Amino acid sequence: MNDAFAAVAERPAAAPGAADTIIHARGLTKRYKNTVALDSADFEVGPGRIVGLIGPNGAGKTTALKAALGLTDFEGELKVLGMDPRRQRPELMRQVCFIADVATLPRWIRVHEAIDFVAGVHPRFDRAKCERFLARTKLQTNQRVREMSKGMIVQLHLAIVMAIDARLLVLDEPTLGLDILYRKQFYQSLLEDYFDENKTILITTHQVEEVEHILTDLLFIRDGKVALSTTMEEMGARFAEVLVNADRVEAARALKPIDERAAVFGKTIFLYDSADPEQLARLGEVKRPSVSDLFVAIMKGTYA
Amino acid sequence: MNAIVKSPFAWLLKREYWEERRGFLWAQIWAAGVLVAISILGIIALEALRLRNNIRIGMDGNLSALLSNGMQHNAAGIAPGLDGLMLTFGTIAAIVLFFVVFFYLLGALYDDRRDRSILFWKSLPLSDTSTVVSKVIAAVIIAPLISVGVVLAGYVALQIVASLWFLAHGLNPLALLWTHPEPFSLWLHLLAMVPVNAVWALPTVGWLLVWSAAVRSKPFLWAVVIPIIAGVLNFWVGLLGLPHLDPQFFWGSLVGRALLSVIPAGWVVPDFGAHGVDFVGGDQLAAISYGSMAHAFTLPEMWIGAAVGIALIAVAIWFRRWRDEA
Repeated sequence: MNDAFAAVAERPAAAPGAADTIIHARGLTKRYKNTVALDSADFEVGPGRIVGLIGPNGAGKTTALKAALGLTDFEGELKVLGMDPRRQRPELMRQVCFIADVATLPRWIRVHEAIDFVAGVHPRFDRAKCERFLARTKLQTNQRVREMSKGMIVQLHLAIVMAIDARLLVLDEPTLGLDILYRKQFYQSLLEDYFDENKTILITTHQVEEVEHILTDLLFIRDGKVALSTTMEEMGARFAEVLVNADRVEAARALKPIDERAAVFGKTIFLYDSADPEQLARLGEVKRPSVSDLFVAIMKGTYA
Repeated sequence: MNAIVKSPFAWLLKREYWEERRGFLWAQIWAAGVLVAISILGIIALEALRLRNNIRIGMDGNLSALLSNGMQHNAAGIAPGLDGLMLTFGTIAAIVLFFVVFFYLLGALYDDRRDRSILFWKSLPLSDTSTVVSKVIAAVIIAPLISVGVVLAGYVALQIVASLWFLAHGLNPLALLWTHPEPFSLWLHLLAMVPVNAVWALPTVGWLLVWSAAVRSKPFLWAVVIPIIAGVLNFWVGLLGLPHLDPQFFWGSLVGRALLSVIPAGWVVPDFGAHGVDFVGGDQLAAISYGSMAHAFTLPEMWIGAAVGIALIAVAIWFRRWRDEA
């Protein structure tokens, strides 16, 4: 799993506007009656990436996903796999899969009916593959969704989606309400049995820690605008966290950190954007920041 | 043929059947089953009365002789009696079908928005047009065909029960019951009516689907209360002496067509005047003759309603496509 991840991480991100760009958004805007959910957002998602779309509640994450899936109208420019999601939705959905949190499978449907139906309507669905995934679970073919736990529902949905040879998989809070065993298993399965260089995964989640180790790209969104768009390796090169002793705090502040927070033993942790690594090394122990710490630093003031 | 059965659209229809099996199939089976069960109870009661009280029925007190006598002397009455039985099955099936289809249509584009499973259906490569059209076909073709099928099964089941009863009394059911083609010919009329009913139903189908696709909650209230309030307001405006639509036209041709056109053979009613069919006088069979069905397609009500219905279905498709559940 880690090898697969490393191989992915080393590939460069797609050049903006490249022919094989998976999602291309320019000035993407969505207004509701009283609010602006997306305010002229620009972003690119390249092939073979696992992108975390991360932002506080109401920042426009779900709206961006809905626009990309053709579920809502929008202003501005948005191409998904080169198609306009507003006008080419059915064609687009042959290549795009989508899980919107758990429990969106219809409650009346039985396992075998769900499989028969998807096999009947989806040209890129591999039934044998789906049945292999299901064989690993305790799901019975005659079982109805309403008789399943949340964890089992997500297992079924994941088995269906992973058996579809799609180019883009969109996950909107896929593990919401799942217990920790299912959550771990969910991402593990995606990496081991699904993801490869021809596929792209776009994830929104609140559980940043959970997806941090599988992401190749970060897209922070705040107030309908893209606050940060970076690959994980660029992020590691650009942002640094330093654990500073009390006596050097003033020197550390002089280097204009973007955030600081208290640590144990009177030490302070400073977060820097594009600072000189040599200068930082003189202050104390330098680390790569976690995505969640970076998120908190960049989103500071959002809830103020 | 195989390509049709395996097409995505056929799967959409199957999907509707799976979800609505309870209404489309089991409600009909229950209705027909109750009718058969009541008949069996009746026969048992008759036999029990005869055995327990030794009641003398007929001239010589012998039920077998009575039945045999009746059958022979009243042979001409058997066929209409069997027709009446078939018509009873058909009428009950039609009533059940009306309720099932009415509420199916109200929920068809609403229930999956409420439980958010629309997000699953919309994650599949299916156009919203094909989704909505599959629900129309399920309502006006699939459900009626199933109901007509159950009518035949119920009728045959009852005739088998009667045959056993006749056999027990030494009568020949083959000669008495099974040589009459009339009820089966009547059943063919019920089958032939399905497409006529389907075209006639379109305004109600469209009206209910629009509300099902558009409203955030309580589609029943919107779909039913709005036309009723409109009808009352129109009447009130008329009372004031202001320009208004003829209340009879408003209730019959607007409200009635919007809400009640899914009643099977509803086109018979406006057909009466034109055809001079005497419904009360036992002309029910004439009312659903092939000629009457053909004549229904000459009614302007049929075609204006169909055009309005198709326009409403297009509106429902638009809502299904763009309704944003944010």
